Amino acid sequence: MKKTLIMTTALLGTAFAANAAEVTVMSWGGAYTKSQVEAYHKPFTEEMGIAVNSVDADNPATPIKAQVEAGNVTVDVADVEYSDAVRLCDEGLLVELDHSMLPAAPDGTPAAEDFIEGALTDCAVANIVWSTVMAYNTENNENAPDSIDDFFNLADFPGKRGLRKNAKANLEMALMADGVPADEVYAMLETDEGVDKAFAKLDTIKDEVVWWEAGAQPPQLLADGEVVMSTAYNGRIFNAAVGEGQPFEIVWDGQILDFDLFVIPQGAPNMEEAKKFIAFATDTQRLADQASWISYGPARQSSGELVGLYSDGKTEMAPHMPTAAENLENALVNNFEFWADRDTELNERFNAWLAQ
Amino acid sequence: MADATMGSAPVSDGSERLTTVDGKPLKAALMAAEAKARRRAFFLVLPLLAFVLVTFVAPIGQMLHRSVHNPGFTEHTDLSDGTQTEIMVNLRGWFEANPPGTEPDEAAYAALAADFLVLRELRAQGAVGTRINYEAPGTRSLFTKTARRAERLEAPFKEAVLDVDEDWGDPKLWQVMRDASSAYTINFYLAAVDLEKNETGEIVSVNENRQVYVLLFQRTLILSLLITALTFVLGFPIAHLLATLPLKYSNILMIFVLLPFWTSLLVRTTSWIVLLQSQGVVNDTLVASGLVADESRIQMIYNQTGTIVAMTHILLPFMVLPLYSVMRPINPSYVRAARSLGATSWTAFRRIYFPQTVPGIGAGALLVFILAVGYYITPALVGGSDGQLISNLIAFHMTRSLNWSLAAALAALLLFGVLVLYWLYDRLVGIDNLKLG
Repeated sequence: MKKTLIMTTALLGTAFAANAAEVTVMSWGGAYTKSQVEAYHKPFTEEMGIAVNSVDADNPATPIKAQVEAGNVTVDVADVEYSDAVRLCDEGLLVELDHSMLPAAPDGTPAAEDFIEGALTDCAVANIVWSTVMAYNTENNENAPDSIDDFFNLADFPGKRGLRKNAKANLEMALMADGVPADEVYAMLETDEGVDKAFAKLDTIKDEVVWWEAGAQPPQLLADGEVVMSTAYNGRIFNAAVGEGQPFEIVWDGQILDFDLFVIPQGAPNMEEAKKFIAFATDTQRLADQASWISYGPARQSSGELVGLYSDGKTEMAPHMPTAAENLENALVNNFEFWADRDTELNERFNAWLAQ
Repeated sequence: MADATMGSAPVSDGSERLTTVDGKPLKAALMAAEAKARRRAFFLVLPLLAFVLVTFVAPIGQMLHRSVHNPGFTEHTDLSDGTQTEIMVNLRGWFEANPPGTEPDEAAYAALAADFLVLRELRAQGAVGTRINYEAPGTRSLFTKTARRAERLEAPFKEAVLDVDEDWGDPKLWQVMRDASSAYTINFYLAAVDLEKNETGEIVSVNENRQVYVLLFQRTLILSLLITALTFVLGFPIAHLLATLPLKYSNILMIFVLLPFWTSLLVRTTSWIVLLQSQGVVNDTLVASGLVADESRIQMIYNQTGTIVAMTHILLPFMVLPLYSVMRPINPSYVRAARSLGATSWTAFRRIYFPQTVPGIGAGALLVFILAVGYYITPALVGGSDGQLISNLIAFHMTRSLNWSLAAALAALLLFGVLVLYWLYDRLVGIDNLKLG
């Protein structure tokens, strides 16, 4: 009896010890989370002895805000979009990060200079550059669409379209398809006429849209033939096409670039581990490693030259990156200030538009 | 009750009072005993009462409170240690001293500038901006931008502030700030019925392209009634069949009703996606049988049809089970008697059988309707754009825009609507007529 007691106590003890060293990371699920688990989580646990719990959300920014406001934070590190990182930081929901904790590049360049411009903010450290692109299933389209206009062209490209169920990216794409040059899009959206124009363009395909919410849905909808083309996160399409052999093609025209950044919510239960995780995951080698699992560009300049082949060992990653020169011909960089400001208003209007 | 045993006093003449053996008046002794029983009963239900108070009454009260109370402009709570600080003190003072409609003067802008210094120190400008942004869209960055330059603001303040951004001169913004300077407000209820206050504080409709809530309340009501009617039409014959078949058959059929009832909601909803989507089982069958051309597959999901079909199926057992429990004990000889007295089968059904099933219909309809009004996950998954219900927008404000006050106001209106319908039901059908099983 006594022996069992000692045994259980010892077991409990180890259980608690194991609990002490862990960090919970919230990300976007699917192929993207997998790339992070392979490139960040596994090596982190191996080298630091700190377990990583991986949890997913359709957009981690919203559970983070809800958790912090409710005073019940269970997540230590979250992976969020730029405008959300700025907004949450402004609202005091995130921990300010000291950029000096980030390791320098292998050649000694300090982190602050090594990261791409804009990749470091008061509360966030970027890990990837990703993009919202339009993609299609080659088996379900007789003609190959090659520009963002074709997405809105039901006459020549009949069939259902997949769009993310929110205002962001859809409005910009609608304007670009309407002939607005990429560098004028946000100035136009600042005006009521510009917003009206974007919604009018969306109106032309509204009846043919299947709305998606999670990043894993568009590849599924394309594969099922539920839609003939869809907007999607470029990495998800790449992984389905190259990793799983799906007949998908990306149209880079009109792509919208954005950062994903790591943040720590106020009141995170494992603050120290969280900081260690961010420093570890965003060093030059890890960022380059992640790019071998999914086609998102690393946020450090020094990682660029280390990016090689996809994990299948034969596909060159460079041309699949949203930042590759030939993919940037008509590209838009997400204006985080615009969306930090207008997200609520435009999503309300979007909801009203959707319901009518 | 042991101490209430009858005393030996003679009862016949009634002049002597009844007492117990130990001389207490019988009435008092009985009352004491009953009080004890009541206390015991109370202690037995106490856990349930506490549970209901903690998990039901308190959260609903909190929700109702939140729908009229939002201290975003008056109070800042530090998230790291929970200390609360009064904010916008100077500006709120100016609002109190000056009646609505006063043109903001130098003193107002000076108060604003002083408050911004505090905001910057507390890092509260984002939260304050978010609060104002609910009612004056697009003003959020005004607050963050101005806070960044708070230290450099110098007299004359009006010029300095307008220099940061001329939007500060917008009378609508000042009206919203005046309104928000009291934590208690009905503005969220106004927003929940597509109304707002204009620059002069009058209540007006919001711009047509932002009107959505009234439409969704109506749609929720209509779809819920439709779904209730459909479950009744589908459920009544099934329940009748179950109730009249011999037990050994009806038990097997009952499994078919209960099995989906026990299956996870998500599984049932997803199965409908598999069946109804344009490349799904139903469309494939129609195309294969030549009834529908391959290009013109029928869109049965991601729209209102999808919501109606999936919700009707999911809520069907809530209609069938109360109906069944009411129909089972109905004595078949009543209908036989009516028939033998010359009634047609329709008259016998209408005058004899149907009236006896009304309590079951009432219970089933009420259950289905109230569940349908609050349904969220199924319309979210299969509703597309025009199959969304009001609960989807409540969820949107709960989890995405995080405007919890508006979510609370919408939820409170929904709750109030259901209570009104419940009251109407009680007046028309009578709640005693309800039989759940």
